[in-house]
Amino acid sequence: MEDLFTGSVLIGLLASAIRLATPYLYAAIGETFGQRSGVLNLGVDGIMLMGAFSAFYVVFKTGDLVGGVLLAALVGLLMGLLMAFISVTLSAEQGISGIGVYLFGLGMSDLLFQKLINNVQTVSGFPVAPIPLLSEIPVLGPILFRQNVLVYGAYILVPIAWFVLNKTTLGLKIKAVGENPEAADTLGVSVSRIRYFTVSLGGMLSGIAGASLSIALLNVFQFNLTNGLGFIAIALVYFGGWRPTWVLLGSLIFSFVNALQIWVQVVGLPIPSDIAVMTPYILTIVVLVISAQRVRPPSALSKAYERLE
Amino acid sequence: MTQKQILPSGNPRIDRLEMQGIVKRFPGVLANDHVNFDVNAFEVHALLGENGAGKSTLMKQLYGLYHPDQGQIIFDGEPRLIHSPRDAINLGIGMIHQHFMLVDSLTVAENVALGLPSTRGIMTDLDRVTKRICELAEVYGLDVEPDAYIWQLSVGQQQKVEIIKALYRGAALLILDEPTAVLTPQEVDDFFVTLTKMANDGHALIFISHKLHEVMAFTHRVTVLRDGKNVGTVNTVDTNKNLLAEMMVGRPLNFIRNYKTIKCGNPRLKVENLSALSDRGVPALKNVSFEVCAGEVLGLAGVSGNGQPELAQVIAGLRPSTSGKIMIDDENLTGSTPMQVIDKGVAYIPEKRNVEGLIKEFSVSENLIMRDLDQEIYSRNAFLNMGNIAKRSADLVKTFNVKTPSIDTPIKSLSGGNAQKVILAREISRQPKVLIAAQPTRGVDIGATEYIHERIIEQRETGTATLLISEDLDEIFALSDRIAVIFHGEIMGVVDRKDATLQSIGLMMAGEQPPETKTAE
Ligand SMILES: Nc1ncnc2c1ncn2[C@@H]1O[C@H](COP(=O)(O)OP(=O)(O)OP(=O)(O)O)[C@@H](O)[C@H]1O
Ligand SMILES: [Mg+2]
Repeated sequence: MEDLFTGSVLIGLLASAIRLATPYLYAAIGETFGQRSGVLNLGVDGIMLMGAFSAFYVVFKTGDLVGGVLLAALVGLLMGLLMAFISVTLSAEQGISGIGVYLFGLGMSDLLFQKLINNVQTVSGFPVAPIPLLSEIPVLGPILFRQNVLVYGAYILVPIAWFVLNKTTLGLKIKAVGENPEAADTLGVSVSRIRYFTVSLGGMLSGIAGASLSIALLNVFQFNLTNGLGFIAIALVYFGGWRPTWVLLGSLIFSFVNALQIWVQVVGLPIPSDIAVMTPYILTIVVLVISAQRVRPPSALSKAYERLE
Repeated sequence: MTQKQILPSGNPRIDRLEMQGIVKRFPGVLANDHVNFDVNAFEVHALLGENGAGKSTLMKQLYGLYHPDQGQIIFDGEPRLIHSPRDAINLGIGMIHQHFMLVDSLTVAENVALGLPSTRGIMTDLDRVTKRICELAEVYGLDVEPDAYIWQLSVGQQQKVEIIKALYRGAALLILDEPTAVLTPQEVDDFFVTLTKMANDGHALIFISHKLHEVMAFTHRVTVLRDGKNVGTVNTVDTNKNLLAEMMVGRPLNFIRNYKTIKCGNPRLKVENLSALSDRGVPALKNVSFEVCAGEVLGLAGVSGNGQPELAQVIAGLRPSTSGKIMIDDENLTGSTPMQVIDKGVAYIPEKRNVEGLIKEFSVSENLIMRDLDQEIYSRNAFLNMGNIAKRSADLVKTFNVKTPSIDTPIKSLSGGNAQKVILAREISRQPKVLIAAQPTRGVDIGATEYIHERIIEQRETGTATLLISEDLDEIFALSDRIAVIFHGEIMGVVDRKDATLQSIGLMMAGEQPPETKTAE
């Protein structure tokens, strides 16, 4: 064990933790916006699958990585709009609508995959883009600054989300709509406009989360590529207490333990694989439940708002 | 058009607003039937009417929340369409709603800034908002802490935040929908100082209340609605409480009544050395002890926030006690679940009726029988007996005069006061052994108040032990056999009604020990 777990192994583990957290971050930060405004979108995983396929398809056909991300974002945005239409305009029950969106994404991405590609292929995704100077720093350099562009993007998103939620008038409106939509309405804040915005934004980010899997981390597409990752992202939002910084922490813990667990299995340490696979989930939940237990969910979460008339 | 006068708050004045021939229909209800109403600058115009008369509906149309089916709204001679609250705000209208419209988890300044453009573009400018709040607070004597969170504030302070919110948005006309229903007498006094100042400055104020003495003391004109129609508009100086009551209800009412004294039976409800914590984890009740006999009304007087809701919740099984005992007919009830408490024959009218006692999405009839579902006449072998439920609900709706299109209407579309009557009907009609009534007449109209008082007296005659928790001393004196006073979670003393004076109770409410501690038992 001593010899196996060297410094360079640890650096490798940390670097892959940073990398693996990427899709969780995009999806969970997007979902944070939606939930803060009172909309629970359970369709994240389905939107990610659609995003993953769209990006993969563009890159497979044209090799255009940026185009792939843009299409994934657009497809995600459209699916977010669909969710907003169902849950805001039609005031449908949010949990059920989300599951509908998920199943749609799951089925549709597979159908498109069968029709357009049909067998498992790989593409060359986003290359590592070391940041000059910073990537030369010992230890930190390889962990943080030798990653691909989509990874960097995910981490830049966190402070932006924090800033929007805590320092801008838009953030104030989002929080008010999620806590007391009636009060926001009486002050002339359009509840549906805010919710359309946050849910579409969440959709767009979920689309990019999918792209980060199919053209940056794994560089393949197959049926149910995400394997429920979008649901983990939703859980991270809850356990992170609807705050971007805590969502970041949760994503990192989860990804690190996940990376560790994979490594343990690869090296063949005598730990039952079922237990190993379970650990990231259990540990993340324990840590976040202990640290974030004092936070209440937004009061209007998952409640449709209709002005009675 | 002449240049508008500017108010001291810096907002243009509204000299005259008229609502003409307003008609508003809801499914099954004609809430406003060709209503006319007007208000001028420098004036406080009261809007009176029974629960469900259409007051809030009329005002929500002025504020752009509802849209009139017919009729027009005229500002300083110009007809205007008000599509949304935003339009209303731009025209200089502010509204303080029957249920406060504040976001608990945000600060005072954030609540005020919400929805307004910022001087810093996309970023909030809370420091500037804070400064302006302080200026407005200074002018109108509204001391609030801009950085405090709403949940930390008392109801009276939240009210002040609502006024500042409206003034900040340039309100020249302020609609106050039952603003005093939840205030303590002291807070009401402060509130009227502020409003009088605003009216003297040239604001136009519309004031809705069920408390006629407030209307008499503080308004210039009164308009009365009944069943959605105008009954009349009178100058306050030309009328009196009895006349107004008659206009509202359509028949004369008895205000003060003397009830015969009843011989006290055995102690029914016994509370011994009870202590409990508040939601924030600080002691809310400290060694509270008292007894209520069968056939007795014990009035619990006290300024709000001295442990009354906690006491009621502990007895109802909704809040754990940290020590002490609760007994009903010598059976120990301490630590029982709400269901067990109900089974022992305790009825509970909670103070915050819109959150605690009703399920807003459920229908009137579902709310009415909610507590008695396991009784055989309503359900058998897991199936509901719809016929009996409907019959019982229809009865209750009728006897308690609940204005609702049908028993299947969801509670959320009832008027504020009528929603309350649903709980009252449910709890009082259960023929309880013990009735815990917290502020039972807050927010209900005078006709219903009279009715509820009669019911409480009636229950007393059949041997119910009633704990009446109220901040309204008139109510306490009118109904109680004995009066207990609570202050900072402690019982200051219990006195016989015949020995009590408004002064002696008032002093105890302020925390002074009674001269010689008389425990009349
Ligand atoms: N959104 C709504 N949908 C359906 N019916 C409604 C709605 N709002 C009010 N009503 C009905 O319109 C009538 C008038 O209600 P309104 O709230 O204006 O009464 P109010 O005079 O303010 O009474 P209160 O003193 O109890 O507040 C009531 O019968 C009520 O049930
Ligand atoms: Mg009303």
